[in-house]
Amino acid sequence: MPQPVITLKGISFTYPGGKTALDRIDLTFYEGERIGLLGPNGSGKTTLFHIIMGLLQPTSGAMAFFGNPLKDPRDFKTIYRQIGLLFQDADDQLFCPSVLEDVAFGPLNMGASREEAIRIARETLAHLGLEGFEDRFPHHLSGGEKRFVSLATVLAMSPRALLLDEPTTGLDAQTRTRLIDVLKGLDLSYLIISHDMAFLAEITDKVYAMEKGRLYTEEKVRLHRHVHAHPHGAHPHEHR
Amino acid sequence: MIAEPFAVGRSPIHRMDPRPRVVLATVFSFLAALSNGIPTLAGGLAFSVILVAAARLDMGLLVRRLLPLWGFLLLLWLVLPLTHKGETLYTIGPLPATREGLLLSARITLKSHAILLAFTAWVATMSFVTLGHALNRLRAPEKIVHLLLLTYRYIFVLEEEYGRLLRAARLRGFQPGTNLHTYRTYAYLIGMLFLRAADRAQRVHRAMQCRGFQGKFYSLYRFRAAPSDWIGGAAMTVAMIGLVYLEWKCRNLS
Repeated sequence: MPQPVITLKGISFTYPGGKTALDRIDLTFYEGERIGLLGPNGSGKTTLFHIIMGLLQPTSGAMAFFGNPLKDPRDFKTIYRQIGLLFQDADDQLFCPSVLEDVAFGPLNMGASREEAIRIARETLAHLGLEGFEDRFPHHLSGGEKRFVSLATVLAMSPRALLLDEPTTGLDAQTRTRLIDVLKGLDLSYLIISHDMAFLAEITDKVYAMEKGRLYTEEKVRLHRHVHAHPHGAHPHEHR
Repeated sequence: MIAEPFAVGRSPIHRMDPRPRVVLATVFSFLAALSNGIPTLAGGLAFSVILVAAARLDMGLLVRRLLPLWGFLLLLWLVLPLTHKGETLYTIGPLPATREGLLLSARITLKSHAILLAFTAWVATMSFVTLGHALNRLRAPEKIVHLLLLTYRYIFVLEEEYGRLLRAARLRGFQPGTNLHTYRTYAYLIGMLFLRAADRAQRVHRAMQCRGFQGKFYSLYRFRAAPSDWIGGAAMTVAMIGLVYLEWKCRNLS
């Protein structure tokens, strides 16, 4: 029986001002699961991630991590090292003046020594094919490079599960394929928010849907592949 | 855009440990600002010129950096001799120009050049990031160091956002002029920029929290002072002690 990573029971969240972002969410996310999260803009997907990470406090409901109910918001300190969140905008995640410092930031906060943190950072960068990026200034990186460095900052904390918020947004086809390869190669459970159906079909086992703050976990939504035909032409096009 | 044209180089000053450079530059500025004797100030200027030569700075760039200072000094030279009380040296029309006024202008000119050149040679020759870490090592208040480094990181992002907003306004036919519409548009743009900056600050803080940030930054940088740094630093300190002695002499004479 796999262990549940995250258990949410009746989680609701209302923004100050009265807009209900999450409405009685129930979710159990097991170790080894790879789940996609689909839904229109403003349906509460990012808010859900921020609630799970303890960045926002739910208005009501209960949460448990790895089977342990969360009692005190201070418990989130231990959650950070077990669950990693990849932000939508890499510029939010990369705030240090050099790539190496950014990747070493998490391990240093977790109490690693300077030498250890540098070793972990270098290994993580190498694992993602980012050797030689150590001294680069994050702002000068391309969108794809920023995405991979952000992923490195999360992976450097050796989490057990990942939350990825629209990881393919703004990536070209080649970088997207590289990201798929990297994610497939990780021995981690993850929840992915994305509007990119083909991407979800390739790297997740099931897809949940969100709409107006409600989460639909029934197998109502299911991605499937089907054959289609169209006239052959000279214009580049994409198959989804 | 913050350009750091002097930060790259292989001169003896560039290779010196950044920490003593920051300390020396600070001590020297106080020294030059508090001294009054013309010989001391001339000596200080000579010292900073030697530093600039040692740092092998690009003269064209340096002159361009000094231009705003010269504009300001020109104004002082025009105004101070005529407005300062004292012994009249010559008159321009009905206005007497005083010896004290001229001396004061000369002092300000010498001081400002000495400080600016020394700072350019010592501090502008390190990157912003290095400066931040050097301050951190020198136990400057952590908040100031973080403010410095985070500002450096995000000023480009904000500049880009401002550029995007301005472009969007231009594409809808906005042409700046001297009218209320222009002022209002700029006010909106700046307001938007503040909002976005605040939003971004919140998101960055959240991302930092997710990586276990608890209010403390750890620096990966370590600086090591080489023997040559000790010798260079000692020589510069001796030169500055010489300036203090000169100033003491000047004060005793007058």
